[in-house]
Amino acid sequence: MSAWLIKGARVVDPASGRDETADVRIADGSITGIGSDLGDGKAEVIDADGAIVAPGFVDLHTHLREPGREDEETIATASAGAAAGGYTAICAMPNTDPVCDTSSVAEKVWALGRETGLVDVRVAGALSRGLDGAVMADIGEMVRSAARVTMFTDDGHGVQDSLFARRTMEYLVAFDAIYAEHCEDAALAADGQMHEGDRSAALGLRGIPAEAEELMAARDIALARLTGCRLHLLHVSCARTVELVRRAKAEGARITTEAAPHHFTLTDAALETYDPLMKVNPPLRASEDVDAVTRGLADGTIDAIATDHAPHAVEEKDQEFSYAPPGMLGLETALALSFTQLVEPGHLDLSRLVELLSTNPARILGLDEQGSLEIGSAANVVVIDPSARWTVDASSLQSKSRNTPFNGRELTGRVVHTFFRGRPTVQDGKALNEATV
Amino acid sequence: MIKHLLSMDQLSADQITHVLDTAEQLRSVTDRPIKKLPTLRGRTVCNLFYEASTRTRISFELAAKRLSADVINFSADSKSSVAKGESFKDTAWTLEAMGVDAIIVRHGSSGAPHQLARWVKASVLNAGDGSHEHPTQALLDLFSIRQHFKDFEALKVAIVGDILHSRVARSNVKGLVTMGADVTLVGPPTLIPAQATRWGATISHDLDSVIGDADICYLLRVQKERQNEQLFPSLREYAALWGLDSRRQARMKPDSLVMHPGPMNRGVEISADVSESPRSIILDQVANGLAVRMSLLYLMLGGDRPDSTETVRELTEQLV
Repeated sequence: MSAWLIKGARVVDPASGRDETADVRIADGSITGIGSDLGDGKAEVIDADGAIVAPGFVDLHTHLREPGREDEETIATASAGAAAGGYTAICAMPNTDPVCDTSSVAEKVWALGRETGLVDVRVAGALSRGLDGAVMADIGEMVRSAARVTMFTDDGHGVQDSLFARRTMEYLVAFDAIYAEHCEDAALAADGQMHEGDRSAALGLRGIPAEAEELMAARDIALARLTGCRLHLLHVSCARTVELVRRAKAEGARITTEAAPHHFTLTDAALETYDPLMKVNPPLRASEDVDAVTRGLADGTIDAIATDHAPHAVEEKDQEFSYAPPGMLGLETALALSFTQLVEPGHLDLSRLVELLSTNPARILGLDEQGSLEIGSAANVVVIDPSARWTVDASSLQSKSRNTPFNGRELTGRVVHTFFRGRPTVQDGKALNEATV
Repeated sequence: MIKHLLSMDQLSADQITHVLDTAEQLRSVTDRPIKKLPTLRGRTVCNLFYEASTRTRISFELAAKRLSADVINFSADSKSSVAKGESFKDTAWTLEAMGVDAIIVRHGSSGAPHQLARWVKASVLNAGDGSHEHPTQALLDLFSIRQHFKDFEALKVAIVGDILHSRVARSNVKGLVTMGADVTLVGPPTLIPAQATRWGATISHDLDSVIGDADICYLLRVQKERQNEQLFPSLREYAALWGLDSRRQARMKPDSLVMHPGPMNRGVEISADVSESPRSIILDQVANGLAVRMSLLYLMLGGDRPDSTETVRELTEQLV
């Protein structure tokens, strides 16, 4: 069967301004109807009373680990995790081995994503060759490749050399492509293990000051103004960065930003047990930063929720705190954390949440077939049960890795169905893998 | 008594006093011709040292042996062990499988004892973790202070030097503040975290304004490599501004004491004549380390045995 009728759900699509109870019909890969009391025809009926239907989510920031660390994650397992989390598109970060700094690597990742066929796998290219921050990667060739790269970043590192940052921004203007920055002054952050503050001082762990992020964000905002380049700030974590962005936007800057669920959920208090699962970069910040990120998400300063999904092998996280690599899983908990932390307490409404998870990230990447529910367009759709309470179980995740800091945490809001190009990738809360799709 | 000793945060003033009182009783064992008690016979204690250490490891080893425990020493350079050896967790599980009762751990990574305590059933004693804590050092320092001052209340203690990287400072501040002492941290701002005021201590950058008032001047080792990190201009300037020499010591109160956790950099944080002066109790600190560590092993490993009341009685009788 290739037709579905989702009946009686609240349909939330900020792109078209729609927020109403309606039926949604999916047939032959496309949305063929949105309206009240649509007939079922030959479609399989999904009773979605009390559920929410939204455009499938788009993650701007996913570490797929393939090529290079297929023991931690593959494009296939990340795709399955993404689908389980309600995503229909993800953007692969370039810090793989080899680095995605040429069109051949970009096309390989993109092609493997297509082969898996659970989500659109888009590719972010590196700004610099081997992420060295000094020699430009094959930017134009990646733009022109089959992968049609639109975003470039040295994520994992901030670009330290301001002249290199300026030159790449200038060059990217030719393609109207995005310069995406991991804002971190490397010298200030050197050997840092956690957010610098009362807790780092007490725990004897070297701190990463918020200023390491703030300084580079300020520089990039200035350089984007100078060059006219589109700027995207990755995983904004500090109050002052949010404030810088708010001011820059008020001045009309072409700047977008994202925040990760862990940065609006956890504070540096989580580090007190020295659990390496809580180690992430940028680090978990102070509660005033969490509040500022939350406000930024609500008032439009921050455009998107992005996971910074970063799988790590058990043996890598099971080390002494200072040796363990930073990063945590995100794809399968992003919706529920957003719902529990942002919507339930009333910081923002459902329509804004869908903007953050779908509409805006799709626009940022320039994905025409994502981020909206339009009749005639590809059916990238998620059905959410907003009242479902569930407990995160690391062992049952689709991801190949287990490094979630939220194991055992009870959350509200669950993905019930995901449709990717009109085909179910999640049904009744169960992920369908490659073989069954 | 507590199962693990990871941080001085865990100990109340009463518990600290109990540890020190017990150490006082045990200290006399050292003066007897046969310096051994049967308390921990059949118990196994492992010294797991990922950082080079002479005094702490030997002190713990001797403390365990004086209580008749079997002692295993396992030393590994933390860097080489990460590069090629067994992981910390596998080592922990190996020791657990061999039925070790207590693990005394020294590690360059802050929090390593906390992780170890989650992995094993044995008691974990922190013998120094990264820049975090060194609780047994703080307890032996409190013991040494108590030999000279009856009361910690209103005692003025200046801790001088590299507070930022010092586990000794963190544990001592907690212990001293818990016992009611008045602690001032002294050094250049690059070596004192601004957040240290939250620890209940005051901060000063001027040793000369503090020294005349202090009952105790506690000097910390200044690592020579800190000079290369641009935390201060030179060891010479450090010594001139924050070192304790005889000229500064002359301004100290008559009954005041000089302390240092060792190893010393003579000529940097402390001059040779000060370290050997009558006011220096640096060697007492070393000697007292043994009694305090015996006390902790006794209380943590012996105290919770079914026959513990009898053991305590036996012990007291032997000591009479």
